[in-house]
Amino acid sequence: MDFVSGLRCRECGRTYPAEALHVCDFCFGPLEVTYDYERVAATMTRERIEAGPRSIWRYADLLPVADANPVDLGAGFTPLVRADRLSAQLGLGELWIKDDTANPTGSFKDRVVSVALTKARQLGFKIAACASTGNLANSVAAHAARAGMDSVVLIPHDLERAKVTMTSVYGGRVFAVQGSYDDVNRLCAELTSEQPEWAFVNVNVRTYYAEGSKTLAFEVAEQLGWQAPDHVVVPIGSGSQLTKVAKGFQELWQVGLLDEEPSVRVSGAQAEGCSPVATAFAEGTDAIRPVKPHTIAKSLAIGNPADGWYALDTIRTSGGSCASVTDDEVLDGIRLLARTEGIFAETAGGVTIATLAKLAAQGVIRSDERVVAMVTGHGLKTVEALADVVGPTATIAPTLDSFAEAMAADSAYASTQRSS
Amino acid sequence: MSKVRIPAQLRTLTGGAGELVIDGSTVGEVLKGLDAAHAGFAERIFDGDGGLRRFVNIFLDEEDVRFLDGLATPVTDGQTISIVPAVAGG
Repeated sequence: MDFVSGLRCRECGRTYPAEALHVCDFCFGPLEVTYDYERVAATMTRERIEAGPRSIWRYADLLPVADANPVDLGAGFTPLVRADRLSAQLGLGELWIKDDTANPTGSFKDRVVSVALTKARQLGFKIAACASTGNLANSVAAHAARAGMDSVVLIPHDLERAKVTMTSVYGGRVFAVQGSYDDVNRLCAELTSEQPEWAFVNVNVRTYYAEGSKTLAFEVAEQLGWQAPDHVVVPIGSGSQLTKVAKGFQELWQVGLLDEEPSVRVSGAQAEGCSPVATAFAEGTDAIRPVKPHTIAKSLAIGNPADGWYALDTIRTSGGSCASVTDDEVLDGIRLLARTEGIFAETAGGVTIATLAKLAAQGVIRSDERVVAMVTGHGLKTVEALADVVGPTATIAPTLDSFAEAMAADSAYASTQRSS
Repeated sequence: MSKVRIPAQLRTLTGGAGELVIDGSTVGEVLKGLDAAHAGFAERIFDGDGGLRRFVNIFLDEEDVRFLDGLATPVTDGQTISIVPAVAGG
């Protein structure tokens, strides 16, 4: 049994039943799931959670659907890694990486899709659909296959090859659209009106889908011994994940699972080639001006972010910041994380790490804070981005001479020989 | 005359129709014409100052009118205007 009391418009407060609705019929504001927190608090204990599955479903009491057999590939409960070597490089103190590259299809999207399709199935949907920049496509296709649902995935035509293959392999329909992600998104928003029997996870089921991102906060708090961090750095595409991470910490407090009221500064990370939220933050305005994206961080290339305004509001009210980084800085961020902590992130993770570095250098993120950076997708998805900056040390013949010659030419190796 | 596509959320105002043909020489005129033909559209689409509500996107053919000239964007015969809820995606 779930603890959902209904849906409520974030803008005008009108209430709706927990059906496949995502915007208010009156003002088009986003609908938010509301829970009976008193009943959740009476049921949900640390012991109950710790005895649950090692997945997002250990937090089912704060998710919008209850199902003894959810649509599940094992999303969530990913490692929270203490990142002392990266921290030393950045001049920070206690730094942690939430390594969501470890999810079943390699990104945090497995969290939201597992929730969305479990709810969609309960609502009677047989077809799963989405507009995607790639990671969501992978996850929807995989979870639909797992659930025996058909899938229809729409992606921009110019995505990274691995993301296209990782979507197509599961056997659903994949449409490569000649346009940007915002074009794909508009098409899907219109298709939702024409195909009401399809569960578009990030359109008509988006209200439930988005709730899955709260599990990032739930896990971080549990993995820190039921404490909230002081500062989190979250990448911004639509802005949904960032707002839900903040909501997650607040909910844990509300249902009595934290000893201290959380006071988490939430900072946002964007690529310079698609930074509508960072721009509004820097300019001190409320209006998010849509942009035409141009960045290697394709998973974050949403020029017209649905939750941009709410993300901005969360950043400001929490005392966080928002910054953007260049594509070169993104590549530096990917390599820095890989070389200090052994975690290979996709370009969005590079955005997060480069922004973390930038905000640390500015003194916005302080060395006396306990900091968590969300690394949300695996590097194998975006290898093209690194083609020009990493590769073999040398290509050699299979002989000892050839090896010795290559080693002698490697100045880094030569210097270790001298110093030892 | 332009075609106007109506999202499911607003089809209660059109007796279920998903597409209408409305006269007007700018996007704003067409949308006002829509309200004249089916009362109730204006309060759903426009804010108190006559601008577009925050969560309403209007597209002229495939382009968001905010990249064009907003409600003043000229409309020629045969173009399609789509009203689309902004909260989607990501």
